[in-house]
Amino acid sequence: MISFSPTEEQQMIVKLVRQFANDEMRKVYRECDENGEIPGHIIDTAWAMGLVSSGIPEEYGGPGGEHSAITGALIAEELAWGDLSMAMHILSPALAAFPILEMGTAEQKKKYLPAFCEDKFKAATAALIEPRFGFDPGSLSTTANLKDGSYVLKGQKCFVPLAKDADVLMVYASEKGKSHGFIVEKGTKGLEIGEREKNMGVKALATYELSLKSCSVPNENRLGGDKGYDFSRIMNCSRVALSAMAVGVARAAFEYSKDYAKERVAFGEPIASRQAIAFMLAEMAIEVDAARLMNWEAAWRLDRKEEATKESSLAKAYTDDMVLMVTDRAVQVLGGHGYIREHPVELWLRNGRGFATFDGMAIV
Amino acid sequence: MIDFELTPEQKEVVAAAHKVAEEMFRPISRYYDEHEHETPKELIDKLWEGRLQGSLFGGLDMTAALRTEEICWGDAGLYLCAPSPGLGGAAVFASGTPEQVQRFLGNYNEDGPKWGAMAMTEAGCGSDTSAITTTAVRDGDEWVLNGEKIFVTYGKKAIEDSEGFVVVWATLDKSAGRAGMKPFVVPAKTPGARVEKMEKKLGIKASDTVTIVFDNCRIPFENILGSPEVRKMEKGTTAGFKKAMATFDATRPLIAAQALGVGRAALDFVRETLDKEGIEIRYGLHRQKLSALERDFMDMEANYKAAKLLTLRAFSLMSQMLPNSLEASMAKAKAGLAVTKITQKAVEIMGPLGYSRKCLLEKWMRDGKINDIFEGTGQINMLVVARRILEFSREQLK
Repeated sequence: MISFSPTEEQQMIVKLVRQFANDEMRKVYRECDENGEIPGHIIDTAWAMGLVSSGIPEEYGGPGGEHSAITGALIAEELAWGDLSMAMHILSPALAAFPILEMGTAEQKKKYLPAFCEDKFKAATAALIEPRFGFDPGSLSTTANLKDGSYVLKGQKCFVPLAKDADVLMVYASEKGKSHGFIVEKGTKGLEIGEREKNMGVKALATYELSLKSCSVPNENRLGGDKGYDFSRIMNCSRVALSAMAVGVARAAFEYSKDYAKERVAFGEPIASRQAIAFMLAEMAIEVDAARLMNWEAAWRLDRKEEATKESSLAKAYTDDMVLMVTDRAVQVLGGHGYIREHPVELWLRNGRGFATFDGMAIV
Repeated sequence: MIDFELTPEQKEVVAAAHKVAEEMFRPISRYYDEHEHETPKELIDKLWEGRLQGSLFGGLDMTAALRTEEICWGDAGLYLCAPSPGLGGAAVFASGTPEQVQRFLGNYNEDGPKWGAMAMTEAGCGSDTSAITTTAVRDGDEWVLNGEKIFVTYGKKAIEDSEGFVVVWATLDKSAGRAGMKPFVVPAKTPGARVEKMEKKLGIKASDTVTIVFDNCRIPFENILGSPEVRKMEKGTTAGFKKAMATFDATRPLIAAQALGVGRAALDFVRETLDKEGIEIRYGLHRQKLSALERDFMDMEANYKAAKLLTLRAFSLMSQMLPNSLEASMAKAKAGLAVTKITQKAVEIMGPLGYSRKCLLEKWMRDGKINDIFEGTGQINMLVVARRILEFSREQLK
């Protein structure tokens, strides 16, 4: 039966994460953006909430239970509402953990999952994006060739969160024209982590370029082993995560500009009393909700293990436009003040613009 | 639990309605567009005969919305010809006492086809419904109505061609403003109520849109819906007006569902044409690698989905008896805009096939536009949304 109500358990998680986002993330988001650093206690607190380990079976040290894309989307929205850089940092380990959890071989699960259930934050990541025009996850330039029982990876990657600290990197490369995931451990010969990237937004998130110079990994490190894996499902899970985060950023911008418009007086009344402003806000509200519902539907299909490429692609494309429209409008509603870094809206616009680029940088 | 699965019953209803839309509505769609003001009598009779085996019309719940979308996929103008308690019935349900519901709708299924119309708009006021000038004056145990209502959807069918009724919004006391506005039920063929003019329209031509003149029209005292009491404009006494608005909370998502039907008809047409041409929409492909056509089509499809989910959410809240004014107006505003964009873009994409009257696409563009206008224009719905999210009164946001 059609329903738009999260379960009680989901509502509890949302409440918890929202409170954390409000009380912790929102307190420091600006200085994090300026300094490019996230305080350790934020990462530790979020880690202790078990957002990444949820769904990992008890035999690997996890709490068990079902891994759900809908729950993941709900969490991702709240975290991104708090701050996108922190949200991506906090959820970065999932970029390696979730594909292994869903599609890894028994050996891969046994070897890599327990680390994600430990008390201390486990840095891990995925390397998908390549630094070139016309990048498409479906046709990667990075190659993987089997040679003497090992895969040799060659290519360039960028926008790899936490690459420098990550113990495990899920590197996507093309093998015989198809995109595959390869588990690469820290310090593997030929894996060269470049300088930290400087981007327009998500400045508190440490992202790196990396080079794979004939980087050799054992053949058992191919995600899913001989059986292979479902790349389109990984991309769809990523689209849902990113769309949820975009909704979170947009909601933050909408709420802030709405409150501002009610307070800010011009010509004797709040600017929100003018339709030129009020209608912008109304459209923002509608589009934030519409995008969220579309994304929920895609997540729902993923949870039912149904094909979701169409739904998640539509939701992602729609949300990419939506978040830009909403964050831009938020700056516009604040006018000159929106342009000043004392208010958060310019930061949300910079972060919002990134979603069209962030393929594979988050996953639920 | 978040869920997007229709119930088995809803799936059946959708399938049945789709069949009816395809077999009974589509084949005569063009004819009644070209023959404005002609009554599709055969269709009406068939629909009326079939009304008891799983009613195709009426209802204001999610199932009704899903069914409405299917029928409007068939033809949105003919949908408005289908016998139905309609907006008049919705007003009776929303504002009437149980006795009134029984009296005006209890015998609905008996005898011949009937319609229930709603008369709100006047020449001097459209969206500003509180400015109506039609008056109701009490005379003993009767009300005397005077005034002129325009744009009454199936007004002719309701009071001339059938034993239906029209719900008329009139003021008991102009000085009381909104508090003085009340809905009155005027049964068919009541002396003093006459259909004056049938409008010629851009689209939904099969549907009659008329002017009704009330000239010393007398109706029984009991035909006022709700309380006859008028309290002066104090805070919280705009009950009459609020009831009109409460009706909108139910009917606006239903208009959104109509819009969805037209929008999907256009989408399906474009998709089928592209299929025939061997053009595939490559959903998983990175966005900058898509063709302009693919991007346009995906944008249309996403807008349809966005509007549909907002519409279903409005109904979902209603079925849980939760307030849904905000969500109803969000759905209506989005769906009206979405169908406008989708159908206009579809005409562009299809070129000569889109613009020619040989196909139905140009008709859907004309039909779809009404959904951004009636039951509150897109702008009025945006105003409702804005007031709700800002928690502003109508004085704070005009």
